[in-house]
Amino acid sequence: MSAKNVVVYSTPTCPYCHQVKEYLKNKGVEFVEYNVATDMEARNAMVQKSGQLGVPVIDVDGNIVVGFNRAKLEELLAKA
Amino acid sequence: MAKRSHYDLIIIGAGPAGMTAGVYAARKQISTLILTENVGGQALWSSGVENYLGYIYITGAELVQKFEEHLRTFDVELEFDRVVGLHRTEEGFRVDAQSGESYTARAVIVAAGKSPRLLDVPGEKEFTGRGVTYCSTCDAPLFAGMDVAVVGGGNSGLDAVVQLMRICPKVYLIEITPTLRADEVLQEKVRSAKNVEIMTRTAVREIHGDNFVTGITVENLETRTLRTIDVKGVFVEIGLVPNADFVKELVALNRYGEIPVDCGAWTGVPGLYAAGDVTDVPEKQIICAAGDGAKAALGAYSYLVRLPVSLDWSDQRTKQ
Repeated sequence: MSAKNVVVYSTPTCPYCHQVKEYLKNKGVEFVEYNVATDMEARNAMVQKSGQLGVPVIDVDGNIVVGFNRAKLEELLAKA
Repeated sequence: MAKRSHYDLIIIGAGPAGMTAGVYAARKQISTLILTENVGGQALWSSGVENYLGYIYITGAELVQKFEEHLRTFDVELEFDRVVGLHRTEEGFRVDAQSGESYTARAVIVAAGKSPRLLDVPGEKEFTGRGVTYCSTCDAPLFAGMDVAVVGGGNSGLDAVVQLMRICPKVYLIEITPTLRADEVLQEKVRSAKNVEIMTRTAVREIHGDNFVTGITVENLETRTLRTIDVKGVFVEIGLVPNADFVKELVALNRYGEIPVDCGAWTGVPGLYAAGDVTDVPEKQIICAAGDGAKAALGAYSYLVRLPVSLDWSDQRTKQ
């Protein structure tokens, strides 16, 4: 598995965001995290990328996943 | 992909009930598949849990994480999929998932929990995630600086209002009945806020927008007048509905759509058990759901060992 460029857009209060981050940590996947509750620039980027306003949003090498969809993340992270 | 298609037991859902059932089933060494959309169910939404013994205070997310860690110390398969059908077969049950996969098992535990109730108005589906949200704890901070509406005058609705009134210029609270049902403390907080407008006996009729929500149309049920309000966010907090649609053909649901069970978590259908918030058990508590999950797994185990067909021990042996 080659290193992926993974970005997580989240808010501190969102339990699904918490789960996504734990999931990635457990898998040993490094990721960049943006708190879109306070970081307006990141919030705009998230809206641009995902076309919606809801967290979490996960960007895996440009593939956008909205919500903690494990099956989808599994698939994207497994790609060579 | 699950490792196989036939199991002794399939557990639908991985909230406190489903995960506890999973632990009990694993300790009985019956081949078990947990089919679920997420881990944690409604417990995940709890900002603080103070009545689950062993933890004086823990967040829902942390408690769920501990449950999952515990479950994963056993050889239990978790498959992330949504169940769309449950049918009787000669050998037991067939469970159909949204992905198109089907699994069979001799026994099934339904621990599918509840989902947010929808408003069922034009524009709701279209704008879900684009202004319409069902998780105010998740999404409230994203609406800072915007005018928003909260639908629902219960505790969860007013919780959302309290979060939002600190960061939004204007919050409309919309409740269909004549009175708010939330705890007095919450009502006082909301009533004393200058930027909250409370609209009781008011129903949402439509949600509109372009790319994102731009407003809603509401109807005052007393005067029968319509009003359009400019908002960018709509927080829907009007209660929960049991995820029991796929059980309807096998079990008569009660008037709330819940699965009736006896004190042993049995549904009355041989081999079919149910636990947690999806059942008619009156108390919707994490600790109750966990206990019901244990009862369901032990009940299912007793059922399985009494079945004339022997358990699939051969597979257990090859695993070890």
